[in-house]
Amino acid sequence: MAKNIKLMQGNEAIAEGAVIAGCDFFAGYPITPSSEVAEILSSKLPKIGKVFLQMEDEIAALGAVLGAALGGAKALTATSGPGMSLKQEHIGYASMCEIPCVIINVMRGGPSTGLPTLPAQGDVMQAKWGTHGDHAIIAITPSSVNESLYETIRAFNLAVKYRTPVLILTDEIIGHMREKVVIPDKSDIEIIDVKLPGVPPEKYNPYNYTSGEVTPLAPMGEGYRYHVTGLIHGETGFPSQKTDVIQNAQNWLMDKIYKNIKDIEKFEEFQTEDADILLVAYGSTSRSSRQAIMMARSAGIKAGMFRPITIWPFPDEQISALSKKIKKILVPEMNMGQVIFEVQRNACGSSVYGLNVVNGEPITPDQIYEKIKEISKI
Amino acid sequence: MSDRTEFRFAGSGGQGLILAGIILADAAAIYENKNAVQTQSYGPEARGGSSKSEVIISDSPIEYPKATMVDYMVTLTQESFTKYIKDVKDSGIVIADKELVTDFSNARGKLYLVDMVKSAREELGKLLGLNIIALGVLVELSGIVSHESIEQALMKRVPKGFEDYNKKAIEIGFRLAKEIKKQ
Repeated sequence: MAKNIKLMQGNEAIAEGAVIAGCDFFAGYPITPSSEVAEILSSKLPKIGKVFLQMEDEIAALGAVLGAALGGAKALTATSGPGMSLKQEHIGYASMCEIPCVIINVMRGGPSTGLPTLPAQGDVMQAKWGTHGDHAIIAITPSSVNESLYETIRAFNLAVKYRTPVLILTDEIIGHMREKVVIPDKSDIEIIDVKLPGVPPEKYNPYNYTSGEVTPLAPMGEGYRYHVTGLIHGETGFPSQKTDVIQNAQNWLMDKIYKNIKDIEKFEEFQTEDADILLVAYGSTSRSSRQAIMMARSAGIKAGMFRPITIWPFPDEQISALSKKIKKILVPEMNMGQVIFEVQRNACGSSVYGLNVVNGEPITPDQIYEKIKEISKI
Repeated sequence: MSDRTEFRFAGSGGQGLILAGIILADAAAIYENKNAVQTQSYGPEARGGSSKSEVIISDSPIEYPKATMVDYMVTLTQESFTKYIKDVKDSGIVIADKELVTDFSNARGKLYLVDMVKSAREELGKLLGLNIIALGVLVELSGIVSHESIEQALMKRVPKGFEDYNKKAIEIGFRLAKEIKKQ
């Protein structure tokens, strides 16, 4: 067998992907259903000379990750709902200070402690809006164990490239299920490494709001001295209340993501060419959707699917284009309706229907198929 | 979709049924190059409570990862028997431990009562390995993977020093299933 194929859990694949991506540092606080990520990295990282830290809580965990990242480390934390709520303040800090990091949220039922061992997709809007103030975020929703590994690598690359927190939103199903993974050779994949600025320390500014280029983050300890603050700051990193600086800083936080959306976006289309009903589904729900589409097609109903892999920034352009030719759209989600609003915002005159199942069980292909049948008769 | 075979291991947390599911999925996915997905479901407790582990095996890609029309179910507690039997197909096969399951009021499919606990007690000297006996029964009855594949997958997951013990356990399972087939 030439390929290195293993049976592993989604959470294990994330840990594996992190190691391949060159993760130097993990800090976390264990929480179901994400704990395996921490457990596995606690064993793997120290053996290859990297750092694993269990912190006193989730806030401190992301704090440690941001400190490590300022020191030049590729850094990661993993958590679930309640931990994600605690991390919001530091996610804002990471956005504001443009500190690269990867945050895994293995979604479980909420709010509060909710359903520790059961799946949900209730944190999609939190990923975008959880921390206060305007900022752009990148979030990725893998739908298989194999994709969990490769998307973790991509998350690290995007974090370094755009100096931003990147969130991976999986769920209890993907996190805990086991299936085949093809472990890549490092030589076959792109890895973006942290690099030193191209200018000497005396000429270095840690931020640049107008060139359109993302300034490399100089690792602390390499002779580059600069100020880091959560206050709005100018290009030197020192706080500023000048209106033009404030506006430039705000624009930049959005522009660096949205103007590079072609590089960041990722999606899959399944049988959309001739579809009369379009499903927009992500994560584990997209698996049930695919099966439901096959059931519908055997019954003569032409359904297809658009599956965002990068969910933030949202694939506005693609949804808008598809909705020009497909007039019925179904958005199945394991929440009370979140991504459906994004789809409605982009739908050009199409009718958008939701299927919202929040009962601790994944949405089944049968439930989706029934809804497809219902919509096909409207 | 039609070539999906669905397995469900149902019992109580700590009985090792999740591991049994992993070993079955590994045997199918890695040693027989089929598609296999293993999932599990359990409550917030570390021990006790009903737990189930499911394995879907198919030659085609597997989308929905959970079992909805169970072909083979093995149960090691009364609670899990009663709770999880509802998804068993009419043509499905249910294997229940003869000592642990006694109320069959909501039984479905074809039911076999098997002396797994008794065999473990008498032949292994303890109940450790009951999960592997159950795995042996399922593999022999379903013929889903070869004995060789399941043993390879089993040996990969067994702690050092327990190879012979587990080999013996799975063979007990094979034998119990062969006895069922004769019925």
